[in-house]
Amino acid sequence: MSPLSEFLAMGGYALFVWPAMAMVAVVLGGLLFESLRQLRSAEADLAAVEDRARNGSRR
Amino acid sequence: MIDLATFANPARFSRIAGRVFPWAVGATAVLMAAGLYFALFASPPDYQQGESVRIMYVHVPAAWMALSSYTLLAVASAVALVWRHLLADVVARAMAPIGACFTFLCLVTGSLWGKPMWGTFWVWDARLTSVLVLFFLYLGYLALQNAFDDPARGLRASAILALVGFVNVPIIKFSVDWWNTLHQPASIKLGGPAIDASMLVPLILMTLAFEAYFVTVLLLRMRTELVRGKLRSARLRAAEADEYLPNIGKPA
Repeated sequence: MSPLSEFLAMGGYALFVWPAMAMVAVVLGGLLFESLRQLRSAEADLAAVEDRARNGSRR
Repeated sequence: MIDLATFANPARFSRIAGRVFPWAVGATAVLMAAGLYFALFASPPDYQQGESVRIMYVHVPAAWMALSSYTLLAVASAVALVWRHLLADVVARAMAPIGACFTFLCLVTGSLWGKPMWGTFWVWDARLTSVLVLFFLYLGYLALQNAFDDPARGLRASAILALVGFVNVPIIKFSVDWWNTLHQPASIKLGGPAIDASMLVPLILMTLAFEAYFVTVLLLRMRTELVRGKLRSARLRAAEADEYLPNIGKPA
């Protein structure tokens, strides 16, 4: 067995080790992504409201 | 006398958070890479559990994060209830989803470790059940917060839930000593860990990586909460202003 396939086989526990690592990557990556998206959208909403308030008072 | 309000006001928080954030991101990346290298390559297989022991390096840090996050959630909730401090509410609100994610990961990775080692994905014993309750406490906290029209009432109700639920934390901690369980007791304790250095290093690195990740995402989410607060008051001001016309003058 090549070193890579031996590593991937995880001594016969590949079916448990790799899904565990994948879940960590998916959940932590997903939470980070979602947190960034929420910050962007909140900042965009705030900019829009402030912009409207400025334009409104100038009219 | 030190005025607590100026000691932790949102403006000062934003300044400090801005300075800490890049370091938290860098620490997360470096520690995660080093931790995974040791967890997957540079540590030996267990003499009994073989390579499946590598699940420990994400399972145990996730469990520690789940418990310490809940402790912090309870402290922040107590501060929010007693002193009505804005930033305490912001911390609690921002961190609850992170704690819920770590609790979920603890349950899932534990289940994937339990199948080859115990022969089952799940047993209804004290440790596993009390951690499942912890997960539901996080979910309940988040659900309760958004269950009221008035956000202040939602925060108050969820803060009380967080405090009452704290009783579960020592139950989880000591469940392996108080009841018979498949789950092994703690290996890392005061008086020296019962674990070899070659396995302690990846465990500590992954724990530090998860903590750095926690700080990174917490700062992001706290900033989001503060922006949302500004957004609410800006909308109120705009609604009160005479010349406010919701859909006119909106940029295309």
